[in-house]
Amino acid sequence: MPVTALQAVFFVGAFVILGASLMVVTSRNLFHSAIWLIVALFGVAVLFVLLDAGFLAASQVVVYIGAIATLIIFAVMLTRRVMQSSPEAANEEWWLAAAVTLLLFVLLAAPLAPFFPGMLWRVQSPDWAMAQPTGADASASLVSLGQQLVSAGDTTGYAVPFELASLLLLGAMIGSIVIAREKR
Amino acid sequence: MIPLSWYLIVAAAMFCIGLYGVLARRNAIAILISIELMLNAVNINLVAFWRYLTAEPGTNVAGQAFAIFVFAVAAAEAAVGLALIIAIYRNRQTVIAEDINLLKW
Repeated sequence: MPVTALQAVFFVGAFVILGASLMVVTSRNLFHSAIWLIVALFGVAVLFVLLDAGFLAASQVVVYIGAIATLIIFAVMLTRRVMQSSPEAANEEWWLAAAVTLLLFVLLAAPLAPFFPGMLWRVQSPDWAMAQPTGADASASLVSLGQQLVSAGDTTGYAVPFELASLLLLGAMIGSIVIAREKR
Repeated sequence: MIPLSWYLIVAAAMFCIGLYGVLARRNAIAILISIELMLNAVNINLVAFWRYLTAEPGTNVAGQAFAIFVFAVAAAEAAVGLALIIAIYRNRQTVIAEDINLLKW
């Protein structure tokens, strides 16, 4: 099966995501973990572009990499002294955690990969697992998204959750200032 | 073309890596970073299902809207979580999750 250009981009994105994610959870230096998190988030943005969700890819870069990753790096810097005193990155039960997550991955991926060789059991793969994207044009989704986020229609409209999200962000902002403020 | 299951497998792998980080890392900031990985895996799933299984992805944008709300919740979670970690660090001089046992009896 020849690999098309889109598939090649997907493979590069998936490789970057999984490799960077593994580095995030295994690297001893917390600062390196934060940098690898940024790489993984870029890989996710690549997958969003492949899925015709350009606005999400842009906000992934702006919100996640620009805001959240920067916040994490600030927190790492503010608590830096502790890193030298504890060289051990994982706790004593890390093997149990690895076994549980490996089992979870096998259970999640088994129904999706019916042709995986050497599998002991055959799971009937759902029809949609091999689905191809619908031929419909998704390039106009940004206009619909912008309209539906602020409209309160009966069936389509996310105005109420949109306002709730802004309330949540306001509460989180005030709460984190109160919590992190130095008590005098 | 790329089948839907490829995206789902990548997202499942990313979610499981993040779960391992949450369970195994000792540093509380590392646990928060791993939670971000898990949230991103969920976002890949939401957008992939939207693109592949929606009849009219141009007008029905429920998947993208859900992903945007996940963004908002992730930002709030990161801000409050890191504020808590900094407050604990100021009081106890540690960010190791095992050493933060004030509520443990």
